Amino acid sequence: MKTTPIYGMMAEFDSATDLVAAAHKTHEAGYKKIDAYSPFPVEELAEAIHCTNRVPLVTLIGACIGGLSGYLLQYWVAVVTYPINVGGRPYHSWPSFIIVTFEMTILFGGISAVFGMLALNGLPMPYHPVFNVPRFAMATKDRFFLIVFSSDPKYSPTGTRQFLESLGPRSISEVPS
Amino acid sequence: MADRMEDVEVANRNAPVIQPGHTFGTVTDKISAIVLTRPTSTGWFIGFGVGFMITMMMLFAIGYLVVKGTGIWGINIPIGWGFAIVNFVWWIGIGHAGTLISAILLLLRQSWRNSINRFAEAMTLFAVASAGIFPLIHTGRPWLAYWMFPYPNTMNYWPQFRSPLLWDVFAVSTYFTISLLFWFIGLVPDLATLRDRSQNRVAQIIYGMLALGWRGSARHWHRYESAYLLLAGLATPLVLSVHTVVSFDFAISIVPGWHTTIFPPYFVAGAIYSGFAMVLMLAIPIRKLYALEDFITDRHLQNSAKVMLATGWIVAYGYGIEAFMGWYSGNRYDAFTLWNRLHGPYAFLYYLLLACNIFIPQLLWIRKLRTSTIGLFLVALVILVGMWLERFVIIVMSLHRDFLNSSWGMYYPTRWDWMTYIGTIGMFLTAMFLFVRILPMISIFEMRTLLPEAEVKAE
Repeated sequence: MKTTPIYGMMAEFDSATDLVAAAHKTHEAGYKKIDAYSPFPVEELAEAIHCTNRVPLVTLIGACIGGLSGYLLQYWVAVVTYPINVGGRPYHSWPSFIIVTFEMTILFGGISAVFGMLALNGLPMPYHPVFNVPRFAMATKDRFFLIVFSSDPKYSPTGTRQFLESLGPRSISEVPS
Repeated sequence: MADRMEDVEVANRNAPVIQPGHTFGTVTDKISAIVLTRPTSTGWFIGFGVGFMITMMMLFAIGYLVVKGTGIWGINIPIGWGFAIVNFVWWIGIGHAGTLISAILLLLRQSWRNSINRFAEAMTLFAVASAGIFPLIHTGRPWLAYWMFPYPNTMNYWPQFRSPLLWDVFAVSTYFTISLLFWFIGLVPDLATLRDRSQNRVAQIIYGMLALGWRGSARHWHRYESAYLLLAGLATPLVLSVHTVVSFDFAISIVPGWHTTIFPPYFVAGAIYSGFAMVLMLAIPIRKLYALEDFITDRHLQNSAKVMLATGWIVAYGYGIEAFMGWYSGNRYDAFTLWNRLHGPYAFLYYLLLACNIFIPQLLWIRKLRTSTIGLFLVALVILVGMWLERFVIIVMSLHRDFLNSSWGMYYPTRWDWMTYIGTIGMFLTAMFLFVRILPMISIFEMRTLLPEAEVKAE
């Protein structure tokens, strides 16, 4: 019989409170490669599984690039490549460049926030092993899931299952990869 | 003070943001069922069909315009702007309420917004799309519209960055892009819900592709929340800037009646005023037809009415300052503009404007009217008419009689003007009908966070 490699062990919970408590206990028990799934954002969960977030930095860099390129483009057009003399006024008329600079800052910042978030999350990713668990379809409705990845050094098929059972889940399933 | 707090509590109890008794499951089922299992009603087909036919009329009017040129419109010299710019400003303004609800109220932690932000954002997109048509076709040669963007070209030509009309190009295209991103990113978790709940293979594939493989991981939610908040933080100054820039199209010029510093704040307030009126005109029938009174409660309608009352007074203040400055500036052309509004050939439109935007909306002070859906719907309609008249008064009445009486003229819209204007309303309705049929019109995941069970209790 062909055996499929295992991606991890998944436990199902009824409420956000149970999931947060379980995630804390799993992390304390020494499991580091874990993830949790919920139908809506739960702030405490992000703390419990210790995740990083570089979206603000990406957005800041994008916004700076947008603003700078917007201003420099206008400067280059109005002063260097296509100067138009309007009643002897200065070519570098910076007050009238503010609006386009501002709009470009917002545009690049917003695009960086959205696409930066998607890239850092590894999306789009139409296939993922967790979708192999039939009950996981409830994760977008009213169920909460915790997974310990098989790549975790502490992972063992029996030990991890016993540990997850001690957390009082509704069900436990092995996730084939 | 204590009495006041009690009053607020009583008001909240009588009109909650979400009716008690709902769970994660019922909220999900109720909203996703509208898209997935509810049979499409005959009323939907009739509404969609009528909207679609009106859209076809618009395409016909635009097609004829492309063949004949802008001479088929009522515009002339001195009134070169006419309906195209009136409708552009009107539609852009309507869009503003969507961003206000989705971004500004999010930052202010007004969680009641969660049930109306999705369709208000859709309204923004469709309104900005309708608005965008007008300046495009008003150029006369819309196929050359890309000349407005700065790109290296063989003509060795660059746009004029000192012109407010170019600022408008940047402001409106940024506004549309950011609104689209904001709306789509808000939809992703709900599209994942539809993917998992759908029984139909084709729907599963389409929603699955659009959901980008969203699986609700805590790491993803964490970054998602910060991207969403950052986008709201960026959209807030953006929405205030867009109508400010639109008002610069007028205020930077020297035409009497346009060259005033009150324009930016008064345009932004007017935009939000008309936008909330449109939100009410959409929300009242939608919640009735789809039985969504549990989620779009009387509280939402009352809050929208209060926002209209507040912004309506800012608009009234704007009219007051305009009239006062016409007299106080001592500038005879400004004084004449005021006289012309009160006694000129278009004076009846100015009085109608005052009635629609200032006097009739004062009925909203009456609590009974704020809780009556029909009353609110009618007042919202009056405000939308009033705000359209405001743009007509500003644009046509200022242009038709400026400095030299040898260059005075009159403006009368032609049937092509009306067909294009009514056509964009049809396009807007068609898009709204499609939206409520194929996408969740209320944000499901944000509604879940409003439920008491979403709160994580301390151990």
